[in-house]
Amino acid sequence: MIFIAFLAQTLRIAIPYLFAAAGGVMSERAGLIGLTLEGYMLGGAFFAVLASFYSHSPVIGVVAAVAGGAVLALLYALSSIRYRADQVVVGIAINLLAIGLTRFLLRLFFDSSSNSPRVGGFTVLGSGTGFGALVQNPLVWLGILVIPAVAWLLYRTPFGLRVRAVGEHPAAAASVGVPVNRVRYMAVALSGMLAGLGGAYLALDQHQFTDGMTAGRGFIALAATIFGRWDPARAGLACLLFAAAETLQIQLQGSQAIPSQFVEMIPYVLTIVALAGVVGRAVAPAALGKTAIE
Amino acid sequence: MSSVEPTMMPVGDAPSPATASAASDRTVSRRAALEEAVLPPLVALMLAAVVGDVLILSFGQSPGAVYRLLLDGTWGNAYGFGQVLYKATTLMFTGLAVALGLRAGLFNIGAESQLAAGGFCAALVGLILPAGIPALLCLPIYLIAAALGGGVVGAVPGVLKARFGAHEVIVTIMLNFIVLALLNYLTTTKLHVPDTLHTAEIKSGALTRLSDMSHAFQGSAANAVIVLAIIAAVAFGWFLFRTRRGFELRAVGLQPHAAEYAGVNVATVTWRALAISGAIAGIGGLNYVLGYKHYYEEGFATGAGFLGIAVALVGRSHPVGIGLAALLFATLSQGGLAVNALVPKQMVDVLQAVVIIAVATSVPEVRRLLRSARGGGER
Repeated sequence: MIFIAFLAQTLRIAIPYLFAAAGGVMSERAGLIGLTLEGYMLGGAFFAVLASFYSHSPVIGVVAAVAGGAVLALLYALSSIRYRADQVVVGIAINLLAIGLTRFLLRLFFDSSSNSPRVGGFTVLGSGTGFGALVQNPLVWLGILVIPAVAWLLYRTPFGLRVRAVGEHPAAAASVGVPVNRVRYMAVALSGMLAGLGGAYLALDQHQFTDGMTAGRGFIALAATIFGRWDPARAGLACLLFAAAETLQIQLQGSQAIPSQFVEMIPYVLTIVALAGVVGRAVAPAALGKTAIE
Repeated sequence: MSSVEPTMMPVGDAPSPATASAASDRTVSRRAALEEAVLPPLVALMLAAVVGDVLILSFGQSPGAVYRLLLDGTWGNAYGFGQVLYKATTLMFTGLAVALGLRAGLFNIGAESQLAAGGFCAALVGLILPAGIPALLCLPIYLIAAALGGGVVGAVPGVLKARFGAHEVIVTIMLNFIVLALLNYLTTTKLHVPDTLHTAEIKSGALTRLSDMSHAFQGSAANAVIVLAIIAAVAFGWFLFRTRRGFELRAVGLQPHAAEYAGVNVATVTWRALAISGAIAGIGGLNYVLGYKHYYEEGFATGAGFLGIAVALVGRSHPVGIGLAALLFATLSQGGLAVNALVPKQMVDVLQAVVIIAVATSVPEVRRLLRSARGGGER
């Protein structure tokens, strides 16, 4: 019974990571660093709440979250592809923009500096946190399916082949007629939509938007992307691993066995270890971060 | 990463034959460099003003009144100006830290945790040092503690990059979370004053505030650490443009393979640059710990690391530019508080992001336009 509860909570925590990490894989495989996932998620969370507040429909909220994530992602793509701005600089600015804009709009629409009013979500209030509540939520199903879907897209479709080509060797891709920039715009927009969905899940699950509610989840998803070596399936497993560690920490909270701060560190430490290549080196797509140079 | 890659400054280049044409070329390229440096921030500020207008109008206020209030509350009175100076001091340190990395072709996104670690180590030393030692005597000890704290956090990604080729951008981001969680653990479980998130006050070595010298600055946090920031900026310029190690560092930043071929040890330069970068950010922690609150508090560094990237970018990784850019971003931060009665202070967070995106996107564009306008005669 405890084990079932553990699995349910792990899945619940993992869903936003799965969405965002799927987006991270798409973006980074096309050569654009996934620093912006946090901003997409936060924007997605806010627009999900804003739209469902006014429309009373969680579905419209999800559509708005997808659109919000895509707009931020296109701003990132436009700056770094068309205007050749440095990805790291613009990526950080997009995150700052998402924080500032959601706070400003929170004051503008809801006259609050901390949280929005409650909105309905997919789950009925008070249905608990077990599997019973999870299976009612279509975003949970979507989150489970998103990893195989992205894997299929990347490895089994012409578009995926093009994404991988422009991330590894854009000049070679261009020489055989791949429209490098268009493929990149599409991959980045898709990553914004996916991470926006992660934000929508988070906000609708909690039935409100709170200031800074993504709390670094976008960076955990980036960690999962890298720890999963830019492969959708491995990145998905990394998300589950990180979520399980968090669940364990929450369930052990009473016993004080491990201070929570050390559990928080796990994804980041593992990512650094993976990058340093102590156990099997993580090698990034060759053209990652280099849109400004070509 | 060409947009933020440092441009070679005319100062301190390899000596060239002092012919008349070389000298005139130099004035032209100096003017060109100045144009390229000044235009993007101007474009960015205009764009930010337009975005600001939209935000202000959406709140039903008059842009003119809000901007006037913003200026009045920052440069218009001694308290506001003191706060601008205080915030600019921290940003100068994080800006110099990021810029030193950029000069070596490295991106240090860890300034936030390096700043926090520097402040934490200084506070730790302050808890140990007995009371009653004059500030000037213990200042060197604090400096070393803060520089070590930030320097160690900076050296980790440096060594991982030099030894294993681990990308410093990702490592410094991940390290931010690790170090801040560690400091949070140490502060909240071991060192905090009950019911607060800060340590006990340091016993000696607290520095003078500007308000001690002039009554007008009453209440503002500006303090003597700003002198350290100016010294740091001068030392930064001297190191980069007047020393051999600084020249090696810039050479690695511009063309690592050529530097390697010329006999520079790229790995050593890499980890050393990130360690020094971290140490500079760490010393910035003194502004809060030694100059303002006299204790370490959770979250005092929040945001200062990321804004340091903005400062280095807008300031073109040049000490003078960094000083001006630090003043600009400090003015915006403080200005948000000044206008909060009319529009939400978060407006300035949006404007800061707009400035960064606009500068980052217009630097390559402005360079291209200026060069084609000059007939492509430039390198």
